[in-house]
Amino acid sequence: MTVGLYRPGDTVLHRLPVGAKLLGLAVLSIAIVVLRGPLVAIGFLGVAVVLALVGRLDLAATARALRAVLVIAVVVALLQWWLFTLPRAVESLLDLISLALLALTLTVTTPTTETLDAVVRWIRPLRRIGIDPERVALTISMAIQALPGTLTLAQETRDAARARGLGRSPRAYLTPFVIRVVARAHETGDALKARGLGD
Amino acid sequence: MAEIRFEAAEVRVESPDQAGSRTILEPTTLSLTEQRVGIVGGNGSGKSTLARLINGLMLPSAGRVTVDGLDVARQGAAVRRRVGFTFTDPAAQLVMPTCVEDVELSLRRTVKDRVRRKQIALETLVRFGLAERAEVSVHALSGGQRQLLALAGVLATEPEVLVTDEPTTLLDLRNTRMVGDLLLSLPQQLVLVTHDLDLVRRCDRVLVVEDGRVCFDGDADSAVKHYVRTVSEG
Repeated sequence: MTVGLYRPGDTVLHRLPVGAKLLGLAVLSIAIVVLRGPLVAIGFLGVAVVLALVGRLDLAATARALRAVLVIAVVVALLQWWLFTLPRAVESLLDLISLALLALTLTVTTPTTETLDAVVRWIRPLRRIGIDPERVALTISMAIQALPGTLTLAQETRDAARARGLGRSPRAYLTPFVIRVVARAHETGDALKARGLGD
Repeated sequence: MAEIRFEAAEVRVESPDQAGSRTILEPTTLSLTEQRVGIVGGNGSGKSTLARLINGLMLPSAGRVTVDGLDVARQGAAVRRRVGFTFTDPAAQLVMPTCVEDVELSLRRTVKDRVRRKQIALETLVRFGLAERAEVSVHALSGGQRQLLALAGVLATEPEVLVTDEPTTLLDLRNTRMVGDLLLSLPQQLVLVTHDLDLVRRCDRVLVVEDGRVCFDGDADSAVKHYVRTVSEG
């Protein structure tokens, strides 16, 4: 599973400082949420696609990564259509895809350790009020890393349910999946402690 | 070698289905100073509990455990700087996207310079035969490579002691041999929890754990004979 994995490269986006990239992502994300309308959403999707092309994202890997987001985006859009209007549903769909593509472009063009270092630098002053920058940065990187690991657990749990002839039972899939995710979180907590990362 | 001391160390857990608490590890007194210490025993015997006490992953309910005089309960951070720990399933231990980043993560506490940190991480991967996988996703590694990476991540910080809990249980024969040979050739003091009797025969001292207590403590051959006899007798 290599969703959102950093790919070494020499594009403009790879060379850009991590601070500029994170700031750009924040500004674009806020703009996507604040500025309304399907035409504006098409415009932002265009920007996201151009940035992905500039960062030379692998097409197949990007499609795989966006597939899960697309499912959620379609469900959200259908709800929006049902509750509000079709233009609003289209806007939601495009906005979610744009946000996912922008986040993906950031992770593919930025090593996680660089993001960690930047976050630690920025929040160092908060140490005075008892916030540990390393711990906050580690939490952020864990959140980024949790997605592929959780998808692997989901795949394994679905295979196990199918092997027992329970492929169509949501209960046979969801219950063990949730238990496994919680168990993995405990194991990861132990592993971090063992490596002295919580000290 | 470091001195790992158990002084009447005992572990109890609250048990909802029993009145009061259940004893996981009976009061244990030991001093481990050998280069390679093996721990064998059945599933649920308490051998992992014994190992986890050394790194402070578990704390004794009574008594104490020290490493070179440092109390795991009171000086846990200092103990963990001396004692590395790896788990049966390395997937839970690998928390960064790529191999080199995972090793770098271990070095964050001790190496502040980013360039130097990456250099040490890459050198560590070379040592463990993973140089070509440096930028590869940790999820794309084979089982053997994952266990090697987990070891690399822990040993990059050069701990004095490595405690490893069933490191070969999930591996095929080839990888079992590779990881076993690597572990037994380390300069660090090794505490090896395992079901692999071939590996344990190569240790300097072996503890056999059954029903929450160390029932045999001696040289490898005698310990394996004792363990096999205990299992055969049911």
